[in-house]
Amino acid sequence: MFKIINLILSIVLLFASSAFADGHKLKVGMITTLSGGGSGLGIDVRDGFMLAVMGSKDIEVVIEDDQRKPDIAVQLADKMIQSEKVDVLTGIIWSNLAMAVVPAAVNQGKFYLSPNAGPSALAGKGCHENYFNVAWQNDNLHEAAGGHANSTGFKNTFILAPNYPAGKDALTGFKRYFKGNLAGEIYTKLGQTDYAVEIAQIRASDADSVFFFLPGGMGIGFMKQYAQSGIEIPVVGPAFSFDQGILKAVGDAALGVKNTSQWSKDLDNKANKKFVSDFQNEYGRLPSLYASQGYDTGMLLISAMAKASVNDMEAFRDALRSADFDSTRGQFRFSSNHHPIQDIYVREVIKEGDTLTNKIVSVGLQDHSNAYVDQCSM
Amino acid sequence: MTAELLIEQFLNGLQFGFMLFLMSAGLTLIFGVMGLINLAHGSLYMIGAFSAAATFAFFNSFWLSLLASFSCAAIVGIVVEKTIIRKLYNRDHLDQVLVTFALILFFSELVRWIFGAFPLYLDVPELLNGSIEVFSGIYYSKYRLFIIFVGLIIAVFLFFLIGKTNLGIQIRAGQHDREMISALGVDISKLYTLLFGIGAALAGLAGALIGTIQSVEVGMGEPILILAFVIIVIGGIGSIKGAFIASLLVGLVDTLGRFLIPWVLQTVTNPSDAMSVGSAIGSMLIYILMAIILILKPTGLYGKQLS
Repeated sequence: MFKIINLILSIVLLFASSAFADGHKLKVGMITTLSGGGSGLGIDVRDGFMLAVMGSKDIEVVIEDDQRKPDIAVQLADKMIQSEKVDVLTGIIWSNLAMAVVPAAVNQGKFYLSPNAGPSALAGKGCHENYFNVAWQNDNLHEAAGGHANSTGFKNTFILAPNYPAGKDALTGFKRYFKGNLAGEIYTKLGQTDYAVEIAQIRASDADSVFFFLPGGMGIGFMKQYAQSGIEIPVVGPAFSFDQGILKAVGDAALGVKNTSQWSKDLDNKANKKFVSDFQNEYGRLPSLYASQGYDTGMLLISAMAKASVNDMEAFRDALRSADFDSTRGQFRFSSNHHPIQDIYVREVIKEGDTLTNKIVSVGLQDHSNAYVDQCSM
Repeated sequence: MTAELLIEQFLNGLQFGFMLFLMSAGLTLIFGVMGLINLAHGSLYMIGAFSAAATFAFFNSFWLSLLASFSCAAIVGIVVEKTIIRKLYNRDHLDQVLVTFALILFFSELVRWIFGAFPLYLDVPELLNGSIEVFSGIYYSKYRLFIIFVGLIIAVFLFFLIGKTNLGIQIRAGQHDREMISALGVDISKLYTLLFGIGAALAGLAGALIGTIQSVEVGMGEPILILAFVIIVIGGIGSIKGAFIASLLVGLVDTLGRFLIPWVLQTVTNPSDAMSVGSAIGSMLIYILMAIILILKPTGLYGKQLS
């Protein structure tokens, strides 16, 4: 008898404690890359996100390092869902890690807000009502690069990307919009750092331009070696290889290169100006594309919390969907598959004093959505 | 495809071979001669590159940064040998793997803590910038020619060191019988400290030289470790000559394979498929080559027969 009373008591307590949590703190689990290669991206996303939620007392953030390894990311997600009992997950940089974590997390009734990775699988058939991408669908920036190549009058482009899913998405995205011929198409080894072979092929081709998607260290190596080779053919790429965190390492080789991005430091709107100056004050460096994505993710979360409690999933989801926040990108709304509809700009690498940075030269694609909306039944 | 392109790619292969030799020369000494599995070789490579970049940022001199790269790596190597590695010579390989793996994590975080997570800048000096006409109509990057030149110098230096000097005789003797040589009055522990220091210095120099045209970032050393072990295994453990030949062989096979296989496949299928299949096969070539060589010669090209 005593045992049964004890049991009932503990059940009551259990309910009471969850009722107590109702309407109070929201717990965010951030899994991102904070050590080893590629940690610059994760650190920027984290810092941007924390800057956004800094003033909000109702948000508790648990941050863990995935070391860019899918197995570790999965373990961390399990830990956050089961023992930390987070309400919202975010933070993952790499598409292969997102594919390992996101489907399981959203199926367990958690929200996932992606500050970076936007694999096509999660935008199309694998879309989910609890998954929101605040950055872009993977193909977006490459599509804009294709459009930019058209409007510049490039007719014969040499394209290259690493041989992995996001690399294939990149070339697919570029080709979806580019109307000219391809002077050559190369898939490089993922993680390759020496491009002598590819550069020789570019030199031997009759290309009038080069498009490349080589994120992180790969792009640094390529740009330096390309500049050294003395080839004068103009290059175009997505912002990832010309971002604030990387530009210093590429050096003057990047000057004048046109790249496509949904965000730029010089975007003229109030939210962005505040973000850029707050970020500099807080961390003592210029924000990057990734930092802006982390910041927007935080702002979106705060805006949804103001409208609904996370325990009322329907209402909270609607609040997220309405995206009622001041984005650093200005205009921002979600398409029906929960990916951004936004302007994508063409930027140019310039020098401000001694610092390499980007400035917007034109709008590449206006109100751009993604190619997978129709495949998502939601 | 033109003859010029083919010749240029051949030069690229040769150059990649010399790059590989630079990466693996230090490891050959440490793994081949001392019998120590040093997974932290890549960390020493990274330390070389970062000290070069830091020196470059401060003095803006490429040559000073090269000097800094191998001296810093040598100092770190000697300190690590004296404090940690020394205790591992008589332990089995698993212990060596565990400890040196821990060193990788330690050095990665240390470097990130000091320099931050963002890649650093290191660029070629004005003197070596741009390209030069090597044959009529064939231009080749001056810096890459410089890498070939340094690779040759290192090769000559090592051949001379191991083959012709008193120190080399002691090293070779130590390779055969560690106890015997110390019984003959040679201070084996001092010898090993020196050898580890030289190995570390070579790794550091390679890091700076190659980091200059690639990227200087945390974790840059890990990918080269696998390649360096492949070279040593193909060449035959402990053989400098083997490492040299294996580097050139792997460099040429990898470069020409990556370039020619998609080109050949294009004749039978559409360019896009040829490219993705070809590049997949291209990246396997090194390992296929290693398997074939090990089947034919289980101890590598110049390895001693197992007794």
